[in-house]
Amino acid sequence: MTFNFEIYGERIEKVNLAPGDNHRGIEFMGRQRNPIQIIYLAERICGICSASHPFAFCRAVENAAGIEVPERGQYIRVIIAELERIHSHILWAGFAAHELGFDSVLYISWRAREEVLDLLEYLTGNRINYGVFMIGGVRRDISEEQIPRIRKTLEYYKDIYGKIEDIFLNDPTIALRTKNVGVLTKEDALRLCAVGPTARASGINKDIRQDQPYSAYADLEVKAITPDVLTGEVNGDVYDRIIVRLLEVVQSIQIIEQCLENMPAGEIVAEKKLVKLLNQLKKAKGEGIGRHEAPRGECIHYVKLNESELPEVWKARAPTYNNLMAWVPMLLGQQIADIPIVIASIDPCIACMDRVTILNKNNGQKSMLTKKDLHELSVQKTRRITP
Amino acid sequence: MEYMKPDEIIELFKEKFNGSVTNNKIEIKTAGLKKNSYSLIWLEIERKDFKEAVRLLCTIQFPHFAIISGSDIGEEIKLTYHFSLYYGERSKEISLNLTTNLPKNNLKIPTITDLIPGAQTAEREIKEMLGVIVEGLPDLANIFLPKDFPKGVYPLRKDETGAMKMVNKEEEEVKKAE
Repeated sequence: MTFNFEIYGERIEKVNLAPGDNHRGIEFMGRQRNPIQIIYLAERICGICSASHPFAFCRAVENAAGIEVPERGQYIRVIIAELERIHSHILWAGFAAHELGFDSVLYISWRAREEVLDLLEYLTGNRINYGVFMIGGVRRDISEEQIPRIRKTLEYYKDIYGKIEDIFLNDPTIALRTKNVGVLTKEDALRLCAVGPTARASGINKDIRQDQPYSAYADLEVKAITPDVLTGEVNGDVYDRIIVRLLEVVQSIQIIEQCLENMPAGEIVAEKKLVKLLNQLKKAKGEGIGRHEAPRGECIHYVKLNESELPEVWKARAPTYNNLMAWVPMLLGQQIADIPIVIASIDPCIACMDRVTILNKNNGQKSMLTKKDLHELSVQKTRRITP
Repeated sequence: MEYMKPDEIIELFKEKFNGSVTNNKIEIKTAGLKKNSYSLIWLEIERKDFKEAVRLLCTIQFPHFAIISGSDIGEEIKLTYHFSLYYGERSKEISLNLTTNLPKNNLKIPTITDLIPGAQTAEREIKEMLGVIVEGLPDLANIFLPKDFPKGVYPLRKDETGAMKMVNKEEEEVKKAE
């Protein structure tokens, strides 16, 4: 991923995004595999959203083949997906603080994130790439003995949450660095089809868990969180994106608690025998889409089955894909030192943001900045601020 | 805000584009213990009316555009545009999938970026992945494939212009080296 900027003094006048130096061809690879193998490929699209992609993919195949997921399976899916949201948002909080030069906050929040990773390892066997999703349900049950451990972790987050919230929402330096920085208006967010916390922070009341409740979300009262819940106004800046993500952590804790209370008994997967399932999928004909509200926004997969072992089409779309274009209005008019936090504010899921080219309009000079240089500029700006 | 039912939306399209809507389907899915339902619409429309259909869609509510998925079905390429309508309120959202077929000897489709600017990334993707010519698209540089990717190879095609040849060639080279 390369960003090309044209600057006038310290201000950005033009932005050009140039992604695509590393094409993995994951959809091409998927077309040479059967749907059950693709689940594990989908899981590895992203290390942080490793529940979102298999969730969306399994829903797409189920819709295409007409498979119903047992209710208990739906509840377990939601619990895993919400635990993932907690760890993703806390990871982001640490990352954003690091970009601003608050490294102690990075250590606090990433230490806090370890708890939920340990819980995920306890429930699924892995810290990431859980391998828990299966077409028609899930592969592992949550037993009665495991529930106290889940509740313990949720209590831990309730305790520590106040501390993290206090750092981000009451610290004057963070407010100065993030308020009115990287503003995305509601109109721009709509026009550019932004998704997830990026869209919600601009005041678009959009969340698939609310708009089109699927799985166990259909039984829960999930509401899209916009920043005006807390502050009474919507600015669409970096600060608002922080608010939305912090409030979503609390929402996730509540969702998991409701799931644990209402979880029905019964089967966890529609068809246990993989060979039978594969035969069923071989005979299936149809197309389906699967959507899931990932931590970063809507994740959508499209699958077309055509009476053969391999799917005819598999299309995966990650949320950052739609938020890519939103960077342009956010970055225009900003200072160079604000580039790192604005780019980080949509929680991008790109392999690596390698470098930035800056064209100075005063003298036509071209210069290249690496991530390290930019980070240094951002940290220096924070040090200069005296609230 | 007034909400149209899925069958009303299909009727609206049928009325406006008489005979051009070649296929339509409403799917109703349920979820959870309470079996709450949501609906999906699948519409197939001829290419000549495609742009107008998107324009009509924008008059219902500014749609959320998700992605274009393309499939190579022999003599034709089938493009499906995935939209969603009526977001913002609980259980009201309808997924609308608009499909159109392009013959391989005339792979042209008008751009929708003048109506929905956010579709640019997806249109550039189908251009380089499937070789579809998007008429009126402003920026034509490669977006996902590297800049030195061979011309005339479209990774998601299944015919002779697909990427299978590149994969086989690499395998042969590896075998030779061994």
